Amino acid sequence: MSDHDMTGMVVASSGWFLEHAWLIPVIPAIAFVLIIFFGKKMPMKGSELGVLSMLSSLVLSGGAAWQWIQRVNSVVDGAHEAVVEGAHHAAPYVQPVIHEWTWWQSGGFHFGIGQHIDGLALTLLVVVAFISSLVQIYSLEYLRGDRRYTHFFAALTLFSAGMLCMVLAPNMVQLILGWEIMGLCSFMLIGHWWEEEANSRAALKAFFTVRVGDMGLLIGTAILFFSANNWTQKNLGVSGFNISGLSAWAMSGEASHSALTWGAVALFVACIGKSGQFPLHTWLPDAMAGPTPVSSLLHSSTMVVAGVFLVARLYPVFWEGMKIGDTNINFIVLIGGITIVVAALLAFVQHDIKKVLAYSTVSQLGYMMMGLGAGAWLPAVFHIFTHAFFKACLFLSAGSVSHSGSHHSFDMKKDMGGLAKKMPITATTWIISTLALAGVFPLAGFFSKDEIIDNVGHNGYNAFMIVGLTGAFLTAAYMTRATYLTFFGEARGAAAGIHHDAHAVVDTHTSHDTHVAVDSHDAHADQGPHESPKLITVPLMILAALALTAGLSNATPFGESWERFKKYVEPGSEYVMVGAEMGATSDAKVVVTTPNMPSEAAVVEEGCAVVAPEAGMVCYFPTIHHAPFKWSKAALSLIIVALGLVSSWLFCVQYYTRRNRRLIGLTERNKVLRSGYTFLWNKYYLDELYEKVIVHSIAHPIAKAVYWVNQNILDGIVNGAGKVSRRVAGWVYRNIDQRVVDGAVNGSGAAARGTGGALRPVQSGKVNQYGALLFSAAAIGALILVIINT
Amino acid sequence: MIAADLLVAQNVGFGIISLLMIIGAVRVVTVSNVVHAALWLVIVLSGAAAQYLLLSAEFVAITQVLVYVGAVMVLFLFGTMLTRARIGAESDLNNKNWFLGIPVALLMLGVMSYVIIDGFGSERLIKNSGDMQPIPVQVISDDIFGPYLLPFWALSFVLLVAVIGAIVLARKD
Amino acid sequence: MLTTQFLLLGAVLFCIGVYGVLARKNAVMVLMSIELILNSVNINLLAFSVRHGSVDGNTFALYVIAIAAAEVGVGLAMVLLIYRNRRTIALDDLSEMKG
Repeated sequence: MSDHDMTGMVVASSGWFLEHAWLIPVIPAIAFVLIIFFGKKMPMKGSELGVLSMLSSLVLSGGAAWQWIQRVNSVVDGAHEAVVEGAHHAAPYVQPVIHEWTWWQSGGFHFGIGQHIDGLALTLLVVVAFISSLVQIYSLEYLRGDRRYTHFFAALTLFSAGMLCMVLAPNMVQLILGWEIMGLCSFMLIGHWWEEEANSRAALKAFFTVRVGDMGLLIGTAILFFSANNWTQKNLGVSGFNISGLSAWAMSGEASHSALTWGAVALFVACIGKSGQFPLHTWLPDAMAGPTPVSSLLHSSTMVVAGVFLVARLYPVFWEGMKIGDTNINFIVLIGGITIVVAALLAFVQHDIKKVLAYSTVSQLGYMMMGLGAGAWLPAVFHIFTHAFFKACLFLSAGSVSHSGSHHSFDMKKDMGGLAKKMPITATTWIISTLALAGVFPLAGFFSKDEIIDNVGHNGYNAFMIVGLTGAFLTAAYMTRATYLTFFGEARGAAAGIHHDAHAVVDTHTSHDTHVAVDSHDAHADQGPHESPKLITVPLMILAALALTAGLSNATPFGESWERFKKYVEPGSEYVMVGAEMGATSDAKVVVTTPNMPSEAAVVEEGCAVVAPEAGMVCYFPTIHHAPFKWSKAALSLIIVALGLVSSWLFCVQYYTRRNRRLIGLTERNKVLRSGYTFLWNKYYLDELYEKVIVHSIAHPIAKAVYWVNQNILDGIVNGAGKVSRRVAGWVYRNIDQRVVDGAVNGSGAAARGTGGALRPVQSGKVNQYGALLFSAAAIGALILVIINT
Repeated sequence: MIAADLLVAQNVGFGIISLLMIIGAVRVVTVSNVVHAALWLVIVLSGAAAQYLLLSAEFVAITQVLVYVGAVMVLFLFGTMLTRARIGAESDLNNKNWFLGIPVALLMLGVMSYVIIDGFGSERLIKNSGDMQPIPVQVISDDIFGPYLLPFWALSFVLLVAVIGAIVLARKD
Repeated sequence: MLTTQFLLLGAVLFCIGVYGVLARKNAVMVLMSIELILNSVNINLLAFSVRHGSVDGNTFALYVIAIAAAEVGVGLAMVLLIYRNRRTIALDDLSEMKG
């Protein structure tokens, strides 16, 4: 596949799928339009369009991933042939496949839309397309007979399109586009059953909380654009929105450091909102009000990963802006670490099975952020990959339990228990995924999570390694509790066949899925808990199989040949010559150069982020260290996980089944435990803080002040002006208007009318007043501009 | 001196026409008779056409006379007659808050005058008198049907919609 | 001729038009004031067309005239409709937008 000429240039292979990866989001977007317009008339009400579009996206992204592997192989092999003496040099940088088309240009400035395909993008593309396909198939059964079935599939398809669009964005503008599409669709999907007020409130909360963070995205993009644009235009011929341009600019050593820092902080605020990190995580558990497939798709593996993806995508900006290379605590690692523990503790006091999973997701996202913040880029991205499978499986299993086992309830304490015998397949998939999430040895979670913890420690963030281990213990413990309550012990409530009216469940939050029209369902609802139909169990089994095996794709313990993720996903940190690569020509020529470093560079450390690139060279990715795998370290974390599993299991048996006297009511008797429990039960009082303190103390005074100004000052001015004008008008009419023959008559009439008019409350609703305000505001704005510019 | 090598005749023409236009415009917004206002507006629009001629834009000037002075004014008079039975002086053509317009207009005028004088100063519009050639219609048509074809299409669509909309709105049913 | 004199003429006409839009109550009068504003824009366009020696300003002046004609047509149709429904075209009385 590879050939290289005398100058040491290697031509990387490409292919149809790689060149046409932009089709991947386009297909679901078209399907969305078709579903909206023709969905209701289709035999399966539009759902077949959604499933088909996701499956074709999956095929396309799979093909692209396969050709990317070919491409990396061709470059790596070529580089080995080209470099004879290069015993120790940086990993070759495989050029991403970039295509950009201009859709808008203004003043010589081009806004592009297109694709930026590299290992990271392809990982996400495959995961998103795969999970979306499975979730759509699952929803065929789960939402059967729903009143907004067609709209549900339309929104789900558009959501996937938004995520795919964001993932392969070559510039920040397209990234924001995808990001916002996702925000909108998550609002529609969370509020799918908006008739219930709790659901529409949750949808609004999710939308607004994420919106708070989105301010950061816009501000950060603007900061980076204005500080990078000159450099990128001069050196690479691309705009300051371009992602590889921004990466190269951040690594060039010529970037203004304060711009980098503030840009990175602003962007990370957006990630906090989207990825549910610590202070803004409150929307994510409430968002479980949506249908379970939505939770599975949006809140485990795609949407919330967007923030993590943004950090991974613009990693050089964060690397330089946050000084990740140093071992000092930075903003990202701090937020990530706090999130892990805070969210894991909250998962212990939840009764709702989906909320346990929601907090678990928040906690796992904290792991990813902590990894990124500590320089463990590859393990964090790998954790996105593995986490998607087992968390989607967990959510779908929870949905299966509520669908067939607990009569649409999600309350573990009231309506579940002992379901393992009734629903063997669901129970098996759940347990496999739980073990994977906890990080038990051969399962997927072990390879990614342990790598994060290991690398965080290896990069010098020792405190955060302990946080990570604590998180691992807590994860194992709360998942065991949820497993025990759901599948073991005695059957309670609906799981025992007791049918309380599904709509009268006490806690309204737990009854979200009661809106599923149950025509197909009431028939067998009387049979009590049973296994779900094939459309539900088959996706579960596929996901569980992946939860078992996905970790092997980067199994560091088994040696370098197993580290496929490292080879194919992590960008090389090599210096790249400026030139052929940015043109994004269709033959996709790639220049890989031998690093022209002095001979002692082998002794010092070479590679990007250590030494700034020389003129004519750019860096696209910092040099990242990988911790060598040691069984001793893995054993420590495995022991901690096992401890968590066993202790939690024993506690659950004692507490929930044996009703051990000493444990029951402990939170009522012990003051410390009680206050801790109350603190957790109220979710650290963050919601109260946001609603009562912030909204009341800021929004209400502003509203009051505006009202006061409106009532007293504006009205006073208008009334006063009216009075003055009446006098002036009267004077004018009396003294000047004499030239009109019947001026006196008219004048007195007009003056009388004017008096009446002025005394009448001069209130708004008049177009002229609005016009006056508009024009005077424009004039004042122009005046300010003039004053500033002179 | 600048004035010495300016084109005297054109300047005198400009001054007279501008004065007429400004007086006309002021009358348009102050007279208390709708029909009179429309007639004053005719003077302003014709003056504008004359200014276009001074700027050597003959085609635009002719279009101005045809469309504005011809068609639009007739429309205005029709509108006036259809909506008001009484054609004559009215004492309440103005708002109760008409005085608000004066400071706003003066403020805008101040800002704009400052910017214009500051920006262009005594720059001459044409370097030598010979440069001012009338623009052939062919050049304009090349421009319209060349680089600005798309706005032209959009414009024709707007006109179509306006025609249909006006009929639908004004139809008695 | 100076550039300034045409631009100033445009500015004066524009401000008179703005005053008219703000001060007038009769809808037909407001439409006339808008015509003043549009004409001042045209003067500017043509002045700059001469200044830059390009024909684009003429093209756009023509477009503005066409749009103005469409606007007057629709505007007067609306005035007619309002008059038919309410027997008045005083904009003061149209305060459905009152907050």
